[in-house]
Amino acid sequence: MSKEWPLWEVFIRGQHGMSHRHVGSIHAADAEHAVKNARDVYTRRNEGVSIWVVEAEKITASSPSDKGPLYDPARDKVYRHPTFYDIPDEVGKM
Amino acid sequence: MYAHMVKSEATSEDPEMLAAFQARIDAGEKIEPKDWMPAGYRKTLIRQIGQHAHSEIVGQLPEGNWITRAPTLERKANLLAKVQDEAGHGLYLYCAAETLGVSRDEMTEMLLDGRMKYSSIFNYPTLTWADMGAVGWLVDGAAIMNQVPLQRTSYGPYARAMVRICKEESFHQRQGFHVMMSMVKGTEDQKRMAQDALNRFWFPALMMFGPSDKDSVHSRQSMAWKIKMNTNDELRQKFVDETVPQAEYLGLTVPDKKLKWNEETGHYDFAEPDWSEFFEVIKGNGPCNKERIAARQKAWDDGAWVREAMMAHAEKKRARKLAAE
Repeated sequence: MSKEWPLWEVFIRGQHGMSHRHVGSIHAADAEHAVKNARDVYTRRNEGVSIWVVEAEKITASSPSDKGPLYDPARDKVYRHPTFYDIPDEVGKM
Repeated sequence: MYAHMVKSEATSEDPEMLAAFQARIDAGEKIEPKDWMPAGYRKTLIRQIGQHAHSEIVGQLPEGNWITRAPTLERKANLLAKVQDEAGHGLYLYCAAETLGVSRDEMTEMLLDGRMKYSSIFNYPTLTWADMGAVGWLVDGAAIMNQVPLQRTSYGPYARAMVRICKEESFHQRQGFHVMMSMVKGTEDQKRMAQDALNRFWFPALMMFGPSDKDSVHSRQSMAWKIKMNTNDELRQKFVDETVPQAEYLGLTVPDKKLKWNEETGHYDFAEPDWSEFFEVIKGNGPCNKERIAARQKAWDDGAWVREAMMAHAEKKRARKLAAE
């Protein structure tokens, strides 16, 4: 049996100035083919103005077991949010 | 309807991990590909999502039958767009299943050798143009009813594929109903064709939700895992309640003498489909089972050289680029 086409992750930027967003994946023989397939599969309704594809195996992802060490340090730093600071009403909008 | 064909796998893992996993699901958290999950959850999902994907792909066949014979250019364009969507939906779903550690080629091979199934509805023939109306209206209508709750399913990639599919699919049902509306406004013959299509697709559409809950052995585990969101009977009732007034609007008669509005329950009472027929079709003895698998097998075999050539070409290009560097 022949080798299966590799998997590519697809990112699309929509019309409204947002950044590229992951929409799903597709199979393709190479990058050019991947863009074509992504266009057929993920932009049938004018969803995007720009497509990025990247071979799935080239992506490095954080692992679920790192969830604690990676994100817990941010949890107790409530002073990073504007609502932590009480500003009197008479100061007006800030 | 995709869940009912799937046997939930028993799980024999560390009870503490299982409890923690169940707690995440109960809390409404999404399970993502790299998260720990019970082997049974993974296996059940592969089968369910794979069969859902196969249903989209095989579902192209009964409609593909009519693309070249659509009555107008507009209807042809509509149908073509719908069939293209189904190809896309199949691909979204295959990719969702692949995140669980199975490849698309493996799933295709399991479909071809009978280890995996697809929705039994696609084993019925589409005999007249009115069937394109009935399929869009009833079959896609039933599919939507099943898929909308699956947008909240516990497995992240499956839920996200469902969101995309649901967004795109409502046009499928509407174009089918639109075909029916034109047919019933047409000549006596056209009206008769519309009624005939409803007669043939009504009970197979009810079967799409799967056997009654009392006979559905695997529901409980799948519901606890939020792989299945509603019982088969709940969804079937909802479908009947929504579809009967639509049939009345069309001036067509639902082919069920027992069909009656029940003032007390606030629902329609209706006749059960013939479940022996359903099990026969699942077993492979429906009117078109052999034809459908033969068509998939032919596409798979005829496409082999293309798949190989694309890879060979890509490898050659890569080698050339490397040599030039």
